[in-house]
Amino acid sequence: MMDRVLEKVVTGFSWICATVLLGTVFSIVGYLLVNGLGTINVTIIFGETDPVDALLFRKQVFDGLFPAMVGTFALVALSVSFAVPIGIAAGIYMAEYCRGGLKRIFSLVFDVLAGIPSIVVGLFGFSVAIFLHNYFYSRIYPCLLISALSLAFLVLPYLIRTTQVSLENLPENIRQTAPALGATKLQNIFYVLIPRSLSGIASGVILSIGRCAEDTAVIMLTGAVTMVGVPKSVFSNYEALPFYIYYISSQYSDKQELLSGYGAAIILLVICGLLFMMAFFIKNRLTYHALYRQ
Amino acid sequence: MKGIDRFAEKFFWVAAVLSLSVTVLIFGFMVILGLPLFKGGQFFEILSKPWLPDRGIFGIYPMIVGTLSIALLGLGFAFPLCLGCSVFISVLGPKRLGRILKKTVQSMTGIPTVVYGFVGIFLLVPVIREVFESGSGMCILSASLLLAILISPTMILFFSDSFDQVPKPFLDAVDALGGNNAQKILYVILPYSWRGVLTGLILALGRAMGDTMIALMVAGNAVALPDSVLDSARTLTAHIALIIASDFESLEFKTLFACGIILYLFTTVIALLVRSIDSKSWRRK
Repeated sequence: MMDRVLEKVVTGFSWICATVLLGTVFSIVGYLLVNGLGTINVTIIFGETDPVDALLFRKQVFDGLFPAMVGTFALVALSVSFAVPIGIAAGIYMAEYCRGGLKRIFSLVFDVLAGIPSIVVGLFGFSVAIFLHNYFYSRIYPCLLISALSLAFLVLPYLIRTTQVSLENLPENIRQTAPALGATKLQNIFYVLIPRSLSGIASGVILSIGRCAEDTAVIMLTGAVTMVGVPKSVFSNYEALPFYIYYISSQYSDKQELLSGYGAAIILLVICGLLFMMAFFIKNRLTYHALYRQ
Repeated sequence: MKGIDRFAEKFFWVAAVLSLSVTVLIFGFMVILGLPLFKGGQFFEILSKPWLPDRGIFGIYPMIVGTLSIALLGLGFAFPLCLGCSVFISVLGPKRLGRILKKTVQSMTGIPTVVYGFVGIFLLVPVIREVFESGSGMCILSASLLLAILISPTMILFFSDSFDQVPKPFLDAVDALGGNNAQKILYVILPYSWRGVLTGLILALGRAMGDTMIALMVAGNAVALPDSVLDSARTLTAHIALIIASDFESLEFKTLFACGIILYLFTTVIALLVRSIDSKSWRRK
């Protein structure tokens, strides 16, 4: 009798949990859309400046989100170009060359790297910048380059893991065909193994792009500011969408500024959502191929 | 041909060693820059003292309490919710609804943390303020509720993955004995996959303690020791985020590295714990 009641309670409880979670997520996203969708237009991005002039970098935009979007884009492009080659190469090493006790040590260290809070990575980037400033070159301050490098460290473990896992998941018969025909290990990796696991690796890259675009804790310590316009070089300060959202939420002075915060939040949400869907789509294609093409 | 092969292997190796040294370097930097703290047992003094800059006392005890209370309370809210949701996805819910829930949870991992914080400030904080009629609404409770939502996807996806790993014959046996789905969960799936549940819980704890933006934006960041969940509090992560260095050599600034070291060591412990649970479950299979 008691057991019957318990079973009923479990079923009811799981329905309640599902409802609560769905309700919360939809109210968070819905709240944002209801309050901010009306603000999305050309003015919120370019302000009073002519969009064509802004896009050609002929005039600075000071009352729109354009500099923050350019900043975020530059940041993502830089850090991904640092992290992707190293991450994929390290992933190949882990899957194809590293063995035994060494492999266990490497995996543990990469697990630790993946778990380090982003603010600690930011603190590291900040102290490195100050260190370089004090001892090597006095013109180095926290800047776009330092942020990009710190973010690259942050996404490195994701890239290593996705590359390693998608290589290791390849079936043994694919792995052995080319060597049996006389291919070297490197030829096997580049002509057979990597093309076969490309979609796994690609979705890892896209997810790390999303991670770079949304992270706030790292960049707030390493050079993100507001009101500086489009960054002039990799050694200057820059604006970024997530930092702008954080800044507005604590420092907004009037309704107009707050509304532009909503607009920025929606734009960031859409960018991250699109990236996420892209990664998901590519990964699904992978399982589709694995299931139906063999 | 052989030369290229050897060169490529060297290149892959260098990349892996580089990634490894970054990890070690981060810790090394914290320890070296925080070195003065370790002299004369000052480090442990800092861990147990309050933050009173006027009197020259820079203890981070309140931040440790803040971090633990927000993270553990958040985990306390999230754990039953996530267990319920993953049970719904894997077994109890109708197939279609379960799939919709799973898709939603997967998409949640793509929502930027700062967006959660932003909506939290303007949606959750006023509600907490009105309901409990105390203070500004920026408190431990608000932060932990929001944090619970943030860490849910990690847990739900991990739980439902480990539920799906229960061998099919076990589930067929329940069906053959005339058992229903609720019995399947209670007597077969949960007892079988408790290691996976534990791992998901530990990973979520790591995520909760390492998060900066939620606590920074909605917990109020007071440096006093919190008395209740309606008090404002500051976490270790928010403490790092809030201090803009004016004097690189000051004791105040050095405490940041104490925070960093604690968070780093905590991360290492989490990685080791997850690994030990994992290896045990491999031996059993």
